[in-house]
Amino acid sequence: MPALKLENVYKSFGSVDVLKDINLTVEDGEFVVFVGPSGCGKSTLLRVIAGLEDATKGSVFIAGEQVNDTPPSRRGIAMVFQSYALYPHLSVKANMSLGLKQEKQPKDLIETRVQKASEILSLNDYLDRHPAELSGGQRQRVAIGRAIVREPKLFLFDEPLSNLDAALRMNTRIEIAELHRTLSASMVYVTHDQTEAMTLADKIVVLRDGRIEQVGSPMELYNNPANKFVAGFLGSPAMNFLNKPDGQGGTIGIRPEHLRVAKGGKITGKITHIENLGSDTNLLVRTDTNEPITVRLFGQHAMDVGAKVSLTYDEDQAFEFDNDGLRVMR
Amino acid sequence: MNKARHNKTNVIAAHAALIAYTLIALFPVFVIVINSFKTRRAIFREPLALPNADTFSMVGYETVLKQGDFFLYFQNSMIVTVVSLFFILLFGAMAAFALAEYRFKGNTLMGLYLALGIMIPIRIGTVAILDMMVATGLVNTLWALILVYTAQGLPLAVFILSEFMKQVSDDLKNAGRIDGLSEYRIFFNLVLPLVRPAMATVAVFNMIPIWNDLWFPLILAPAEEVKTLTLGSQVFIGQFVTDWNAVLSALSLAILPVMALYVVFSRQLIRGITSGAVK
Repeated sequence: MPALKLENVYKSFGSVDVLKDINLTVEDGEFVVFVGPSGCGKSTLLRVIAGLEDATKGSVFIAGEQVNDTPPSRRGIAMVFQSYALYPHLSVKANMSLGLKQEKQPKDLIETRVQKASEILSLNDYLDRHPAELSGGQRQRVAIGRAIVREPKLFLFDEPLSNLDAALRMNTRIEIAELHRTLSASMVYVTHDQTEAMTLADKIVVLRDGRIEQVGSPMELYNNPANKFVAGFLGSPAMNFLNKPDGQGGTIGIRPEHLRVAKGGKITGKITHIENLGSDTNLLVRTDTNEPITVRLFGQHAMDVGAKVSLTYDEDQAFEFDNDGLRVMR
Repeated sequence: MNKARHNKTNVIAAHAALIAYTLIALFPVFVIVINSFKTRRAIFREPLALPNADTFSMVGYETVLKQGDFFLYFQNSMIVTVVSLFFILLFGAMAAFALAEYRFKGNTLMGLYLALGIMIPIRIGTVAILDMMVATGLVNTLWALILVYTAQGLPLAVFILSEFMKQVSDDLKNAGRIDGLSEYRIFFNLVLPLVRPAMATVAVFNMIPIWNDLWFPLILAPAEEVKTLTLGSQVFIGQFVTDWNAVLSALSLAILPVMALYVVFSRQLIRGITSGAVK
């Protein structure tokens, strides 16, 4: 039975349609990431699943049960918020156990669940502290702990890493991935960060303007994007788009890592900027046809800004898109 | 103090301005208090002199305590002020929460309607209010005053509090909803503690006018057993003769409870600011 099923879900605020005809299935134990630029409706979709917003049309099923009219607390979900949203007046332990207390669970069960969760998240030493006395990373772990103790049918994460600094973000990302493995729970995760999406997801759902653009495993989407938007959104640095040289309209997409510096290449241009990352070197090039492109070279390269450069790529690694941005298969 | 950001002249200038303002603000109070301890003649001869052995007199306080039931007046004023503030804060915060939190038809209109009271002085409706109080038999009860003051305080309370409630993190409220808290517990346990500074501001704003009001006690509750302190003090002000000793003593005594209330609220204000919220 799928952990979550959305059927023809629409959401409008007044005359603005924020979500349009969303159909999606999350299998049991699957880690699904909603990704898209800000304002694409991904957070609203999460809120509709959580029951914090009502769907204007369509049905939401959690573990096979239609939950359109079920309040959030009875949907069998737990949610982790971007701003942590810990109760400031309660200790860490009380924060984690409040949900179970509201469900009137027996005390010893609450105790064991909190113990288990705080061990997984190594929060044992902080159980009596208040949120104000914790660092950002610790607060986010408490928020995750609060979700774990409820043993929900579905975990919902709303950009949980956005408030953390870069180093902590990577650690917490790995922790969440490990958590998913240990609990083998179904999770829905919202982010605007394509790295998080690529590294965490079993299945990525790319959203734009309230519509699902494409659904698939990270590598499917990376290697086989359905349109220009998905191709440009996944991958860092982003894919280069060049107008087709024949002047017929449409674009060619080439990933920065598929471009090589080679004499007599198909593209010539001038280097406008160089980013030396040590492991990689990113060249920003303006082509002779006045289009900006990025080239990602492995390793370190001595290049000069302003130098002429000639680039080449393999035809079978390039993508072709028509005027509407749809992929043209060859 | 951070030396890089504060040079001496600025600090001195700032303090001078603040001290000057404090002196100006406190001067009338100071004059009232010193003169309440002087004989009638000394009050008129040298109003600004401190009481000395010759001029010291407690006659004002004696009159105040003997004449009329001053402790009852105190009690009445206290009850009216505290209960009115309680209702203003409770209902004001509830209305503000509804306006800030829920999307419903006419939300903005309702907000405007509730804020209208800020611009229209309640005293314009005195005759209608008196009619209503007579009809409901509330004349000469403390409830008459409490109801009127609650109505008078609500518009500003709703206006200020709804702005603050909008700033309380949605995530926090939603976390409560997912954990199964009722809307009432979300309101009382999560939102109210976070807007405590705003509540204290509203309380201080409303407290002084209610405590000092003469108009409504005079019209709605002039009976002896429900007189407020301000109305009670009027006994000493006659058309031809005024017992200044008694008036000044009564005023000095009237300052004390307001000060006590103010200290309570200002502490809340500071605690509210320093409490750790989200992030």
